[in-house]
Amino acid sequence: MLQTVSDPKPATDSTSTRELQLSAFRFMLLARLLDDKFAALYRAGKIHGGVFLARGQEALSASIGVSLKKTDVFAPLIRDTAGRLAFGEPVLDAVRTYLGSPLGPMRGRDGNVHRGRPQEGYLPMISHLGAMISVVNGVLFARRLKKISGTVGAACIGDGATSTGAFHEALNQAAVEKLPLVLIVADNQYAYSTPTSFQFACENLADKAIGYGVESYSVDGTDLSVCLKVVGDAVAKARAGDGPQLIVAKLLRLCGHGEHDDASYVDPQLKSSPLGRDCLKVAEEFLLRQNWTDAATIAEWRGKFAREIEEAVGQVQREPAPDPFAENWLAISSEHLSETHTNHE
Amino acid sequence: MNLTYIDAIREAQAHALRDDPRVFIYGQDIGAFGGAFKATKNLAKEFPGRVLDSPISEDAMVGLAVGAAIEGMRPIIEMQFADFSTVGFNQIVNQAATLFWRTNVPCPITVRLPFGGTSGGGPFHSQCIETIYAHYPGLIVLTPATVEDAYSMLLEAVALDDPVIFCEHKFLYRHLKAEKLPSEALPIGKARIAREGRDLTIVTYSAMVHEALEAATELAPEGWEIEIVDLRSVKPLDTDTVMASVARTGKLLCVGEAWPWGGVTAEIIARVASEGYGLLDAPPQRLNAKDTPVPYHPNLWTAHRPTARAVAAAARKLLRT
Ligand SMILES: Cc1ncc(C[n+]2csc(CCOP(=O)(O)OP(=O)(O)O)c2C)c(N)n1
Ligand SMILES: [Mg+2]
Repeated sequence: MLQTVSDPKPATDSTSTRELQLSAFRFMLLARLLDDKFAALYRAGKIHGGVFLARGQEALSASIGVSLKKTDVFAPLIRDTAGRLAFGEPVLDAVRTYLGSPLGPMRGRDGNVHRGRPQEGYLPMISHLGAMISVVNGVLFARRLKKISGTVGAACIGDGATSTGAFHEALNQAAVEKLPLVLIVADNQYAYSTPTSFQFACENLADKAIGYGVESYSVDGTDLSVCLKVVGDAVAKARAGDGPQLIVAKLLRLCGHGEHDDASYVDPQLKSSPLGRDCLKVAEEFLLRQNWTDAATIAEWRGKFAREIEEAVGQVQREPAPDPFAENWLAISSEHLSETHTNHE
Repeated sequence: MNLTYIDAIREAQAHALRDDPRVFIYGQDIGAFGGAFKATKNLAKEFPGRVLDSPISEDAMVGLAVGAAIEGMRPIIEMQFADFSTVGFNQIVNQAATLFWRTNVPCPITVRLPFGGTSGGGPFHSQCIETIYAHYPGLIVLTPATVEDAYSMLLEAVALDDPVIFCEHKFLYRHLKAEKLPSEALPIGKARIAREGRDLTIVTYSAMVHEALEAATELAPEGWEIEIVDLRSVKPLDTDTVMASVARTGKLLCVGEAWPWGGVTAEIIARVASEGYGLLDAPPQRLNAKDTPVPYHPNLWTAHRPTARAVAAAARKLLRT
């Protein structure tokens, strides 16, 4: 039941493998540059509230995004900039949400990583960790009732959130219903400042799958090639009707919990261990070694993405801010049932 | 026909399942077994694949409903007892209640809560928790007091595009009877004058409507004419009907089976005091359960919750001021 994939398989040089890796790499690069921009905006005081980066998790996240079809369901979490972009999120959606633009999908009502477009299968996370998994189950459950087959739902979660009741209930629910859920745990060694030893006592989180009766995989989250392989296989299995798949990727968060956090608590030994490798560098070196691309092309992408991001930020900064007088201050869609005695004029 | 309140709930669900292919029901023991209170009796057989047993996972039950709603379905979630909905509280108040406001995508789910006290129910099978749900923006909270309302309001709840917390009182399940199901009804959001009177207004809802009616009957021979407003829905709250009644009687007593701190009765008094101060001939009063968990033994339980006797006593005191 438990498959361990930690050694990079010899890369096959079929065109599709190569194209997939290059595509995933471009999303990783775009995500890194976008995150860097958010960090810069944060330091310049241009962002309300926190900024949460995905540094070190791009390989895993991009692998999820490129493995899904547009008709699938995706519930990303805090550190999925790359996966969101690969699933089809426009850079503008991300920028508008961070800057609170009323033209963005969340219209200034919610911000930063709490963004999505539910009707496009891209679910907007609530903060409460673990809570999105059963919502993915619900979409999959409904599609089954509607006799729509071949859909997969991917939900992302951190090592810390595996301790929630919601995680347990939802994974168990998916198992009982045999839903095509792919649950991806980014075991980045910390939940905010808390090391994994305070979250779980089993050797490997993937072992938990046995208790739920679901298939699981362990993967080196710093290696794009193996992430693509493992996530791709799990998505294919779920799509084929094999039920929920649990993936546990080991990696290290290469930043603070948020940009307010200097992460001084991170064990230096972890940083210098293989887990501390920067997946973006690892992937770049691999692609160059394979001669699948060259440094000049990567530099070109970098320039193009940086321009795209600058343009998006420039555009959003010129957009109007949300107007409290234009808000309807209504939390329900049945307007005739709104409380007339509570909102003071 | 002799229809009970629980029959009405079953019939409303059958009706919804028949009329709307988007409706399904998900909850514990509701399939072949028909539910702890038999609210889904035979429905799994009548509607194969649409009345589904869930694991004991209130959080995931509601989360699943929200996902299904996003996908265009109209799920009904049966909590086995309202008390256990607190385990799914997060998904109700943070996921379901915020979805429309955050994303403009409606969340048409109905969460059925068999609630309220019955003899021997004890601390964990008796709670009235409408207040905590009403507190959160984004939810509709309904508390039908009659067989007719149980039917029509549940149908309307399922048809609404917003998440509805449907509080169905367990004490009324087999206690109330009606001749037939209604073909017309007051809409959600409108209170009902359950009894007309000119001396004092009692505003109440759910099972307490019947205690209040009994109290009014008890007070009639003493010459008092009590008006009773059945709120039907606690969110939204029909303040206009309450205010109009207070304008007629000049005296207000709010009765709730829920705990006294905050809540529906406090909300009504706050509104009447601030918007209808001049209508009042006496300080408005309220009567609630005692501020302890709900006790098990009938002697303690009947003293814990407002009864007709207690309502009559409170009304008498207010009438004499
Ligand atoms: C239910 C819940 N409790 C606490 C928090 C506060 N919180 C936000 S992120 C976080 C750490 C999450 O750690 P992990 O799941 O490992 O994800 P990571 O941040 O490492 O990606 C905490 C405690 C929350 N969002 N939700
Ligand atoms: Mg973590």
